[in-house]
Amino acid sequence: MTELATPTRRPLAWRVATVAAVREESVVARTLVLDVPDWPGHIAGQHVDVRLTAPDGYTAQRSYSLASAARASAGYAVSTVEILVQRIPRGEVSPWLCDIAMVGDQFEIRGPVGGYFVWEPSRPEPVLLVAGGSGIAPLMAMIRTRKEAGSRVPFRLIYSVRDPDTLIFGEELARRARDDHGLDVTIVYTRQTPPGWRRPPGRLDAVLLAEAGWPATLAPACYVCGPTGFVETVADLLVAAGHDPAAIRTERFGPTG
Amino acid sequence: MAVVTRGFTGRGRREVDLPPGQYLTDDFPVLSAGPTPRISLDEWRFEVADGDGTRQAWSWPELLALPSEEITTDIHCVTKWSKRGTHWRGVSLDTLLSGVDSDVGYVMAHSYGGYTTNLPMADVRDGKAWVAYEYEGEPLAPEHGGPARLLVPHLYFWKSAKWVRGLRLMATDEPGFWESAGYHMYGDPWREQRYWGD
Repeated sequence: MTELATPTRRPLAWRVATVAAVREESVVARTLVLDVPDWPGHIAGQHVDVRLTAPDGYTAQRSYSLASAARASAGYAVSTVEILVQRIPRGEVSPWLCDIAMVGDQFEIRGPVGGYFVWEPSRPEPVLLVAGGSGIAPLMAMIRTRKEAGSRVPFRLIYSVRDPDTLIFGEELARRARDDHGLDVTIVYTRQTPPGWRRPPGRLDAVLLAEAGWPATLAPACYVCGPTGFVETVADLLVAAGHDPAAIRTERFGPTG
Repeated sequence: MAVVTRGFTGRGRREVDLPPGQYLTDDFPVLSAGPTPRISLDEWRFEVADGDGTRQAWSWPELLALPSEEITTDIHCVTKWSKRGTHWRGVSLDTLLSGVDSDVGYVMAHSYGGYTTNLPMADVRDGKAWVAYEYEGEPLAPEHGGPARLLVPHLYFWKSAKWVRGLRLMATDEPGFWESAGYHMYGDPWREQRYWGD
């Protein structure tokens, strides 16, 4: 737990973000493309704080992982960033972001934040990404950054979702698995699979992790992101499989509304 | 200066006083940077050390033999959630630091797994900090920092180091793990000291 990306040494100012585009990613999640004119850039894996303000001055804050590449995405200016938002029932911020936000709406963000759960193209070791549900967001930033940077570092993604309806970034992941050389994608459905899927529904286990991940002898950098229980389970399985605990970076998504 | 967000009215008008930017949760979310270390109680030690080496150490039975306190407190995580009225049992750091000179300015908490976090000595004395080993009447679960974690509830909860194994005494302040990654050196939730420069 010693390697850290260079942190910001400036106070993190709140910046006005304008919704530039909205993409529905599943029945429960959407991408907001945000135009942030003075965005300072970020590293894949970092997050931002979002602040919504009501007419009477009441505010609410939540944190969201940045899903966009560390460089500008194709077709968007450098000043755009993307966040993935999953609707939390009875939440306060995510229902606005998921159901009400539309192109032109404004709120505030500050960041980027976090210097540990990050991947930079200068890192040479193979990478194992393990996502549960909306935990795909910071890992997608790494996959997109890898492609944009022209990195040839081998990536393997194991992505656990409940059923086809809750698969986020499904089309893009299928396209990248075909086009991004050196990226392997394994989708795990825990409750219900698409018709004709080769594996019955079930949780990610040691066998599948060994089959679709990397052996510990290759000393991959491991990134695990998802709900707490999922991350606990996967991190324990990786340690049991011989991976160095210091090479396993985790981000646990609580119910953050 | 803040822009008003169209269509946002806010659901959580709260009757209770929380630090700025925080919201209440009934859950106890977990935030850690790596796998949960599993620590055998036979091997567990808590050490207070200075530059010259260990000054004092306690085994698990020795820790349990010390006078303990029940603590009821609100906790505030930098990721925005706050939780009201949590119940803990632990040993006051006043007890564990009773042999330490009062002129030591700072401590670095060290954890199993490699985590560190820095604290002013003044913030871990006078009934403000504990080594906690029970949560809500049960042994502290590993994912919440068990067998024992630091409890410094007047600061953001990353200062309450999970899986704590000791304190290193320091003459000057040094950044710990998150503090080196852009988080605030002190972390007062009431002044919203989340990040460097706040």
